[in-house]
Amino acid sequence: MAEKKKKIIPKRIPMPNQSPGDRIRNFGEVALGYGREQAFAEAERCLQCKDPKCVAGCPVEVPIKDFIAKLQDQDIEGAYEVIKTTNSLPAVCGRVCPQEVQCEGQCIMGKKHQPVAIGRLERFVADEYMALSACDQITGKPECPLIDPDNKVACIGSGPSSLTCAGYLSSRGIKVSVFEALHEPGGVLVYGIPEFRLPKAIVRAEVEALKEQEVDIEVNMVGGKTIEVQDLFDQGYKAVFIGVGAGLPRFLGNEGENLIGVFSANEYLTRINLGRGYAFPEYDTPPFPGRNVAVIGGGNVAMDAARTALRLGADTVSIVYRRSQDEMPARKEELEHAIEEGVRLRCLCGPLAFIGDENGKLTGMRLQKMELGDPDDSGRCSPVCIEGAEEEIACDLAIMAVGTGPNRVMLEATPELGLNKWGYIVVNEETGETSIPNVFAGGDIVTGSATVISAMGAGRRAAKEIANRLLGTSD
Amino acid sequence: MPNTILHKAKLIPGQTSKLVIDAPLIAAKAKPGNFVILRVTDKGERIPLTIADVDAGAGTITIVYLVLGKTTALLEELDQGDDILDLCGPLGQPTHIEKCGTVICVGGGTGIAAMHHIAKGHHMAGNHVVAVIGARSKDLLLFHDELTAFCPEVLVSTDDGSFGHKGLVTEVLEDRLKSDDSVAEVVGIGPVPMMAAVAKTTKPFGVKTTVSLNSIMVDGIGMCGACRVTVGGEVKFACVDGPEFDGQQVDFMELRQRLASFRDQESISYEEYKKSHG
Repeated sequence: MAEKKKKIIPKRIPMPNQSPGDRIRNFGEVALGYGREQAFAEAERCLQCKDPKCVAGCPVEVPIKDFIAKLQDQDIEGAYEVIKTTNSLPAVCGRVCPQEVQCEGQCIMGKKHQPVAIGRLERFVADEYMALSACDQITGKPECPLIDPDNKVACIGSGPSSLTCAGYLSSRGIKVSVFEALHEPGGVLVYGIPEFRLPKAIVRAEVEALKEQEVDIEVNMVGGKTIEVQDLFDQGYKAVFIGVGAGLPRFLGNEGENLIGVFSANEYLTRINLGRGYAFPEYDTPPFPGRNVAVIGGGNVAMDAARTALRLGADTVSIVYRRSQDEMPARKEELEHAIEEGVRLRCLCGPLAFIGDENGKLTGMRLQKMELGDPDDSGRCSPVCIEGAEEEIACDLAIMAVGTGPNRVMLEATPELGLNKWGYIVVNEETGETSIPNVFAGGDIVTGSATVISAMGAGRRAAKEIANRLLGTSD
Repeated sequence: MPNTILHKAKLIPGQTSKLVIDAPLIAAKAKPGNFVILRVTDKGERIPLTIADVDAGAGTITIVYLVLGKTTALLEELDQGDDILDLCGPLGQPTHIEKCGTVICVGGGTGIAAMHHIAKGHHMAGNHVVAVIGARSKDLLLFHDELTAFCPEVLVSTDDGSFGHKGLVTEVLEDRLKSDDSVAEVVGIGPVPMMAAVAKTTKPFGVKTTVSLNSIMVDGIGMCGACRVTVGGEVKFACVDGPEFDGQQVDFMELRQRLASFRDQESISYEEYKKSHG
């Protein structure tokens, strides 16, 4: 089938989305996903290059060409098996990876036309497979390798890097225990990324798939508090992977930052995502109700917070960003979705101070206006204050989405861990090993906040090395 | 982890209970000053509670709570033999304890239970521990016997004079400080106004004063900043930097205001709970 000369189909099949008018009234997923016909038609666009570039753009090396070939044969299960050889969380990646700068950014089709919608296809395969797996339970599960209970590895944290590490090791017969501090596994996938971008049911299904590989997931276990690295070695674990993320929210130190109504994006989103605050009072964790909302920051987290506030019924939501729209680090798709939904952009200004009433409640914000200067280290034009140009805006909820730092809980309990000047863990770039032998680390606690997929790449890299050491193989 | 309640004592019926919980991993690590975060139902909220006592040998921790909202009401529904859905800890920095002489530990209301663990820590370190505890009346006084078991002095005050000094704990504290200039440290745990008053009382004496803050928390592990508090002009996270801080440096006004952040929603939750539970 793949032999015949491929016909060029320049345009990709569009992704069906909930309309902006509908979706700002619910927390349902915005992108609805391809149906079978759409997916098979999109798969036909893949040229099956002799020398595919797409894989090189993927941090976990998904055999993209091969899984799309399976789809061209309409073999969804086959496609899933191909993806699963390297990617433990395909339904997640299909949704939240920045494919435009990774696999799709390398796609040959993209040179002259639109790249193949690899992310959408990956999501389709994962979702279809999960929908099919009810059948699978009856007909028998795919065979698992025999897990050796004595060859065991601990992963601290249950975000994308740890889950990937666990998936890789367990599929090679190594017993893995994952220790999560919160009450639900998934890390940032659960507390950070909103339901409308990544439904929690998807994360649960991916975690369940790992449990079928006999991965133990233990919640309410705080690395560095309930359980320490040395405890794990004492219990016979042969290696420890630290994937605790970069969860310390940054504030800017502005006057009035502790007023009621000023939140870190982490708190605002954790209440709503982990705590299901959107369903308050059915769920007990209350969200903070803001009518006029200002979100400070221009990244994906800022977009998530802004779009969440809209869905909770805010009258106005503005993104306050110190550079211009072109410099925003958010994915283009997220920014476009936010604008479609009614989020306003207030670029070239930053907060000077928060203003409150006599009860300590936020009523407004004083902003410093900026203009663009020369490019800085990030290559983006730097924001420069315009002397004396200030503005005051009214807001009753301000969400700080200005980045995160390393959470010290795990690090303080493990003082032997070598850290860099920003406080992140230093690892051997090839193996992921830290300054402590057989202790590995990956994800945001090594790199600072980055993407889900780069964390997964780090989890996989460490897992390969751990598997080599424990199994005496090299693959 | 099952987190089974091994023993429940209703200290003040309908108001305050004590739970001894099977939690060996937490008990093995818990030190005075630490707290736990718990959740009672799968739709529940995470709330922090200070650990009131630990028995590492038995693998148990003790918590004491005042029923003042939906989560504590749900907790009060549980009985001996029931499991607490989620229990996480020990969290926060432990109390800084060293052998330093005389330490006065002041507790008010449910805070007496939290203070108990710290007082015990000071006692174990060889300090002369003076417990100063207060409540509205004698029936509402917690942990009097437990403290008497190891504290050489237990001074009591009640609002109505039904036991001990009639008046405030701070009056007892002030008298005690006046009579003894060798006091090395004062620890105060209780409602915010009480802790603020303790700090105000000790200030003229220049004695080190430690308070334990009960800020709103979500994760309890430094991820959200809900618990941020200004201490000596700097923003701290009560969950990971505290919960104990220098009482002379804490901005109690801000703490009080921030504790009210979700008051409206808290009462909605509690009212709905009360409606559905008669």
